Amino acid sequence: MPVFYGTEVGSRLMLGTAQYPSPGILRDAFLRSGAGIATVSLRREGAGDGAGAAFWELIRDMGVPVLPNTAGCHSVREAVTTAHMAREYFGTDWIKLEVVGHEDTLQPDPFGLVEAARILSDDGFRVFPYTTEDGVLGGRLIEAGCEVLMPWGAPIGTGLGLNNIYGLRTLRAQFPDVPMVIDAGLGLPSQAAHAMELGFDAVLLNTAVARAGDPAAMAEGFALALRAGRLAFEADPMEPRDMAAPSTPQLGLAVLS
Amino acid sequence: MQIMLNGEPRDIAATTLAAALDELGYGEARVATAVNETFVPAPLRDRLLAPGDRVEVLTPRQGG
Repeated sequence: MPVFYGTEVGSRLMLGTAQYPSPGILRDAFLRSGAGIATVSLRREGAGDGAGAAFWELIRDMGVPVLPNTAGCHSVREAVTTAHMAREYFGTDWIKLEVVGHEDTLQPDPFGLVEAARILSDDGFRVFPYTTEDGVLGGRLIEAGCEVLMPWGAPIGTGLGLNNIYGLRTLRAQFPDVPMVIDAGLGLPSQAAHAMELGFDAVLLNTAVARAGDPAAMAEGFALALRAGRLAFEADPMEPRDMAAPSTPQLGLAVLS
Repeated sequence: MQIMLNGEPRDIAATTLAAALDELGYGEARVATAVNETFVPAPLRDRLLAPGDRVEVLTPRQGG
């Protein structure tokens, strides 16, 4: 199983906690899939409404490690402040670092991302940067202190899958010893299996599961696909070729014409 | 004095962040706080507030 900052997690599936039809269905999705990490956020709390405490109790009862995010942050300062607030509340120095660079694509701002990653790493955070497949950016994030990279498959919430196979394969090859998580953009278990076949260590999903007609079943589908894809990767797949090659032996073929 | 609490103007008599949280009804609720875009750890909430301060009070929510 993947090891992030010296901690082995229980599954290659990391699951978001947003957009489920109900808290019960959220819990079922986690139980049925065995997801190893739950992502959470911080938002404004009205006095006396208790919404945050109720949600946090639900997550804690599941017993799954949490990865707080800085979702929605557009500046380094916002992201750094949010990370500090999350560290205090959730009691973890893990942070999924998002610095949004474009509202339509939710593409990471690479410049702000590196700056925030450096500030937070220097301050003792274990940064999980939501990044692109750009290898130069990946290198800068590693230099900034990141020991995990989380490249997108496609923009958040699109379900488009792995948009740039070449770029992802190149990133994987450039940093073979860095744990990598495909974060965002997946819509189907087959795409998660493909990510595993490419040698990625885990995937982080939310919308594909939460917006499925049966989220718990979809979560289990992803978990099975991840296992299948990882087994295939470890089994050393054959090289593809252009021309057909008969699998049945030619030796001993009867002459019947 | 008037402060901004989670983006909304609020008049308070309290002079510290801790007292303001109590006055505004957060009571013993566990929250994370920031003032003027800067994180304020729980042990430091005896800091003084000034008119116009922007106070953010956050708790866990669903996230992806």
